[in-house]
This record gives sequence, C-alpha cells and structure tokens, in this order.
Amino acid sequence: MTALLEITNLRARIGDKEILKGLSLTIQQGEIHAIMGPNGSGKSTLANVLMGNPNYVVTGGDIRYKGESLLEMGPDERARKGLFLAFQYPVAIPGVTLVNFMRQALNAVRGQEVPIREFRETLFSKMDLLKVDQDFARRYVNDGFSGGEKKRAEMLQMAMLEPSMAVLDETDSGLDIDALRTVAEGVNTLMNPNMGLLLITHYQRLLNYIKPQFVHVLIEGRIVKSGGPELAEQLEATGYDELEAQLATA
Amino acid sequence: MTTAPESIVSEYKYGFYDPEEALFKSNKGLTAEIVEMISKMKDEPQWMLEFRLKAFETFKQKQNPPWATEQLDDIDFDDIHYFVRATDRDERSWDDVPEYIRRTFDKLGIPEAEKKYLAGVGAQYDSEVVYHNIREDLEKLGVQFLGTDQALKEHEDIFKEHFGTVVPPGDNRFAALNSAVWSGGSFIYVPKGVKVDIPLQAYFRINTQNMGQFERTLIIADEGSQVHYVEGCTAPIYRSDSLHSAVVEIIVKKGARVRYTTIQNWSNNVYNLVTKRAVAYQDAVMEWVDGNLGSKLTMKYPSVYLMEPGAHGEILSLAFAGEGQHQDAGGKIVHAAPNTTSTIISKSLSKDGGRTSYRGLLKVYDGCEGVKANVRCDALLLDQTSRSDTYPTMEIDESDVSIQHEAYVSKLGEDQLFYLMSRGMSEEAAAKMIVNGFVEPIVKELPMEYAVELNRLIELQMDGAVG
Repeated sequence: MTALLEITNLRARIGDKEILKGLSLTIQQGEIHAIMGPNGSGKSTLANVLMGNPNYVVTGGDIRYKGESLLEMGPDERARKGLFLAFQYPVAIPGVTLVNFMRQALNAVRGQEVPIREFRETLFSKMDLLKVDQDFARRYVNDGFSGGEKKRAEMLQMAMLEPSMAVLDETDSGLDIDALRTVAEGVNTLMNPNMGLLLITHYQRLLNYIKPQFVHVLIEGRIVKSGGPELAEQLEATGYDELEAQLATA
Repeated sequence: MTTAPESIVSEYKYGFYDPEEALFKSNKGLTAEIVEMISKMKDEPQWMLEFRLKAFETFKQKQNPPWATEQLDDIDFDDIHYFVRATDRDERSWDDVPEYIRRTFDKLGIPEAEKKYLAGVGAQYDSEVVYHNIREDLEKLGVQFLGTDQALKEHEDIFKEHFGTVVPPGDNRFAALNSAVWSGGSFIYVPKGVKVDIPLQAYFRINTQNMGQFERTLIIADEGSQVHYVEGCTAPIYRSDSLHSAVVEIIVKKGARVRYTTIQNWSNNVYNLVTKRAVAYQDAVMEWVDGNLGSKLTMKYPSVYLMEPGAHGEILSLAFAGEGQHQDAGGKIVHAAPNTTSTIISKSLSKDGGRTSYRGLLKVYDGCEGVKANVRCDALLLDQTSRSDTYPTMEIDESDVSIQHEAYVSKLGEDQLFYLMSRGMSEEAAAKMIVNGFVEPIVKELPMEYAVELNRLIELQMDGAVG
C-alpha cells in the first residue's frame, strides 16, 4: 500500500543554514504521529517545508504524498492535493473577512464554486463544532485575534477544507486549558480513518487530548528516536537534555 | 482633413475612440483670442469674459507648482486644442443625443446605470455637456442639476455669488488655466433641508486627440441639505497626450452634508491636474472619496476648509499606479474654526515601476481649540521596482488640539502570500485578496455598484501583477 506521506532523508536550509539533516518519516492513513523536539531542532522548518514555504530550500531527499513527489509543487497545489498546515503564527490579512477568505479557500481546494447556501451551512456547522461565535466569521482574518482565537481559526479552516493530511504546528501554544480541550475535541472529531495527522509540539500537554500512536523525537534536524505514546510521557518526565546526553554517549 | 488618431492596443477596456466629428474645434494653442472666442460661442455675460481674460493673464505669469516633477514640463501647451464642441445642445433625453456619442455612453454603461440606481446623470463629451437629467421628484423639490454653462445662463445670480470664491483663479497655474478656458462640468444646487437619497453622477469622456478638457463644477448645498455626487471618466488611448484640468468648488452650508466620489480612470496618456476644494460651515460635513486608477500623471489634493465650529471634513484617497503612472494624490484639511474635526485616510498601491505619492496638508489656525484630526496613510508596494513617497505637512498653530498621524509603507508580504496559498489559492488570487483587503476601508464607503466597479478596476490593474 502506498503511504499517505513519506518523507525520505529530507534536507533543507533557510538562508545558508541547514536545518533538516536527513529526516525520514512515513505516515499511513488513519495514523496520528507526533514529532516532539526542543527549540531549534527543526520542527517549524519541517512544517514549512512540507507546505512548500518558498523561503526554505530543499537540498536533498524527497517528500511523497500518495506516491507523488511534492517538491516541485507550490503551496497552493499541495493544498489542493489535500495537505493542510495549521500555522504556529498565522498572519493577519487586514480587510479580508474570515467568511470571504474561507469561501475562496474552499472553492480553490475543491476546484469548483461551492454554492453559497451549502457554504454557509457547512461553515455554521463547523463553527458550532469548534464552539466559535458566528460573529467570528465577519472579522478580518487573524487581525487583532488573541492567541486562542488564531488557533481556533486555524482549526476552523481545517474543518472546512477537510484535508487528508494535516500538520498541526504547535497548535497548543498560546491556548489556556479550556481552549486547548475544545480545539483538541474538534481535531478528534475531524480525524477519520482516511486521514493522517502530524502533531508538531514542544510539550507533551497536547498529547493528553489528542492521542498519537507514534511519537518521534527530533533533535538537530534528524529523528533520533521513535516509539509509542510512552515515549512522550518519558520525555515529559526526563526532558530533552537527558535524551540528548544519552544520545551523545551512545 | 483629419487623420485617424493613433490608438494603442491595451488591456484598458475604455480605450476605444469615435471618429472625430466635432462641430467645432479651436486651433491648437492658447491666445486671448481663443479665450474670447470660447466666451462668445457660449454667449456669456461680459463679467465672465472679463473673468476669463484676467485668469488667462494670471496663467501666463504662473509657474508649475514647486513640488511638480519634470514630467509636468513635458506638457506642450501649444499642442493642445482648448475647445472642442461635439454638439451645441445639452439634451435631457438620450434619444436626442447624436447617435455616435450616445453609443459611446452606452458602451460605458451610463444610461443603464441611470435607470438602475442614480437620481440624475450628466454626460460631458470633450468640452461640453451633451446630456443632463434629474429625477422629476427632485426637480420639483427645487434641486438643480445641470451643465455649468447652462447654469450660468439660467441661474446667473447664485452662480455669480459663488463662482470662483472657493478656488480663485490665482490659486495655482492650472486653476488659472481652467478659469480662462473652462467649459462644461456640473452645477448642483440643493435647497434647504432637501436630502437627495441616491447619487447624482457625472461622466466625463475625452474623445478628441490632443485636447484639453477643462470642466468646472460648482456644488452648493444649502442649510441642512444632503447630496452625494459621483464622477467617472475615461478616454481613448492615443500616442499623444491629453490634458484634463478641472476645478471643483463646493459650498456646504450649516448642517448640510456633501459627499463627492471620484473614480478616475483616464487612459495612460492623460495628464490629470485638478483643483478640488470645499468650504464647510457650522456642523456641516464634507467628504471626498477620491479614487485614482488611471492617467499618466495625476496631481490632485481635494481640500476641505472647516470655517465654523462643528464642521467635519473627511478625505478618503485611493491611488493605484501601474507602469508609467505617477499618482500624486492626497488631501488638505484646514481647521479655521474651533471644535472642528477631520480624518484623512490614504491608501496607495504601486506596481510595475509605478509611483504613488501622498501629499497632504493639515493646518490648524491659532485659536482653534478643541480641534481633532486624524491622518493615516498606508502604501503597499507590489514589487521591487515600484515607488511610494509620503509628504505630510502639518502646520499646527494651536496647542489645545488632538492630532494623530500614522504612515506605513509595506511590501506585498511573502508570509501573507504563503498563508493564503497554503489554503489553495493561486499566487495571483492571493495577491488580489491581500490588495482587496488593503483597499477595503475605502471601498466599503462606496455605494455597492461603485464598490463592485472599483474592485473590478483594481483586479484589472492587478492582472499579471505577480509571477
């Protein structure tokens, strides 16, 4: 069976600095993976490279999605193929309402005009799911949003676009415990057997609410250790320093 | 014999031209004789002829404004036809307008818009107004909306009382030129307490090659009245340049409210040098919504003089400069009375080497305590080769005031593009969305039909902007 997402020996740099140094990871449909790592380990670089941020240059390896290499595709084409990135720091688009933005995004991803009535019904039901107020849709995209509102807006987009592979970059940061629970419940509802999910996180906290089957530790641009959910708990107990020390002596 | 004008193929959809069938076209160049002839052909009173001749003397003495770029020196005043009469009648029915002219306005969608959402329409073709009409119920209420030439004939008293009082001929070189050779434009009088609920529109079309259009608009809103006037304009694309130099004077009396909206879409061979000024009296509100998308060079700074307490002035300026264009726009607010308030919001976009400049003046006279003023200018550069400058002048001679001023220049954000593209939008769609958002604070002030039109024009300008 072809993997949903297959990253092999991926190398990438931003400017002159190489950040990813041969990263490999395979995700099948129905799987939830978590990548954990300390600051500067390359977590956000991985998220950006997966989505095709032009500021990052891939210098080696490959990313295949449903058997097809993504490297030559722009971010828009990747999105239309079914890839989604929930940003750690979503940017504001002043003057553009969330509802207008969502409509254009949905039309683009579906490759056809979604009838306005259907769009509205879908939007309102997804907003209910994520417990966001309907007024939210009339605000300008991320403009003056609190940290929690930004993350909810990202989840709302994911709910609307129904990707088959979603990457959540530090979705737990900036959320209080109630917001975290709501967002996580939303993600769990959206997850389905045809979909893959990659959680990128510094802390184990999010993993109390969204349960991955696979946990990977990213240090200095490589996955240094993989395991089950117990690995996350172990990391929470010991911290990254101890693991790094172990690896150094190994 | 007339030769066919040289037209250039372009994306500009209004660049078509009619064969020149003018009844009369003055020889190129400007002399006192031509000024006299214009006045005579219009059968004007003696005082107007004298006004024109005096203004002509002033024009000859005046220099270009000190901030003008060298581009303005390229205007050859001897190579311009100053008066082109297409028809000698200002009609009230489109059926009576000569067919080739009517076809042009049909193509521009004017009669259709008139039926759908306007209270009155004026149409100027080259030097003169060829059509003017207003809804009957408004006319019964005493609202006057007619060509300025006709107004001079029919309402000479009120005309003479206000004409040239807001923008005197000596104000600047182009105001002097307009005062000497003015022709056409709109005259509006709204009686006390009458509120015109939907817009009046005038449309200005240049057809003749190498011509100058010098319309003159005078709007008087009497106490407690209200009116929204909209103007649009286009011209054929010729290899040689045309000149458009208008003067607009507005008097907003006690408690009245005037909004003046411009969607300027001249072809890129038109110099657009316009003086627009309003005076607002007690508790009056004057709003300029000034959209500049076309022309080769625009120099235009709509102004509001706040003359009595409680007056409010507002200027929303939107400029888009593409290849070979310079939009030198902005606005001026003069607080000449205490407890007056004002807002200037300027949004400018430049691409393909286009240049936008914000040029503004905020003046508060000594003794005008309690003034509140807010100026905000944002510029967005769509590529590396484009340029934007800000020239804000503040002359604040009173200390008991509240003044805010903010200016930002930004480049089309890579992170914004990436974000929108990660949601499936093409780079071009993403750029358009960012630009639409950028201009939203201005567009949302327009009536729906104009907002749609403006967005469409911006999208046309944006086509091929990226990638």
